[in-house]
Amino acid sequence: MKFIKFLFVGVVFGIVLVKSEAVSWYRIYEMFRFESFHMYGIIGSAVITGVLLMLITKKFKFKNIEGGFMSVPDKEKGLVRYIVGGTLFGLGWALSGACPGPMYILVGTGVFSIIIVILAAILGTYVYGVLRDKLPH
Amino acid sequence: MDYILQPWPWYVAGPMMALIMFTLIYFGKTFGMSSNLRTFCTIAGAGKKAKFFDFDWKAQRWNLTVVLGAVIGGFIAHFLLSVPTDMDLNPVTVESLSQYGFENVGKSLLPAELYSWDAVLSLKGLSILIIGGFLVGFGTRYAGGCTSGHAITGLSNLQVPSLIAVIGFFLGGLIMIHLLFPLIFG
Repeated sequence: MKFIKFLFVGVVFGIVLVKSEAVSWYRIYEMFRFESFHMYGIIGSAVITGVLLMLITKKFKFKNIEGGFMSVPDKEKGLVRYIVGGTLFGLGWALSGACPGPMYILVGTGVFSIIIVILAAILGTYVYGVLRDKLPH
Repeated sequence: MDYILQPWPWYVAGPMMALIMFTLIYFGKTFGMSSNLRTFCTIAGAGKKAKFFDFDWKAQRWNLTVVLGAVIGGFIAHFLLSVPTDMDLNPVTVESLSQYGFENVGKSLLPAELYSWDAVLSLKGLSILIIGGFLVGFGTRYAGGCTSGHAITGLSNLQVPSLIAVIGFFLGGLIMIHLLFPLIFG
């Protein structure tokens, strides 16, 4: 039963991204052509709200349900991995129109061919894991 | 009820995404959907091949539950909370796609030119989905996160690595749409 809250979070996540059309290939294409504010509005207002929520969290030292302070672990320092990895991700995101959340959500909307993208993404992650020690980070 | 059935504006969706991130932090977790791809590799036995996958995947069951919920949420939103609506895309966007031979632009979430079974069963269509998915999976793990982990969680916490990753996301997207699309679809 302790997982039910995570199921609920996932359901809300799926509903929001479908209802806002952020799972749509067309919206991603339109965003990268700078022809609509819609996606920038979603990401921008999410980040602004998120920044405010995290500032309030730190200021008032909110605790999580496990009793510790609410916080996010810092990302490791680096440059190459973020810019190269990010660019490769962006190429795939614009081509397939799906990032790692929407690809599952789209299965729920009945587009089963997206499963090919999911399997290919799992393969891509696997290849990264195998090559990891040989790549600059 | 009509407000729910119509597409939701950005100023509803964006803050709700931040609340989802906040809720997961409240539960002692971090919002990051791409981590599940690594978990799937581990479940499939990749830990024997590479140390990167040698971890206790059961600690990630909560995240797999979010994935399951996301599938259910996609179903609910699409089949129960929507009326058939054409997407309100920029006419310039629609025109540019029709020049690439895309028809019925914005009448479904995904273009039939890429995601219909006819497209999938062609060499070009299948290659697009496999290459696109592979780049997403490889790139997100190399960059240590995706749109949820970097663009929303990382930027909300003012993390410089996430800003660099998001700049990379856009660099890649712009290269794909402006330089490679004319070669792929032109």
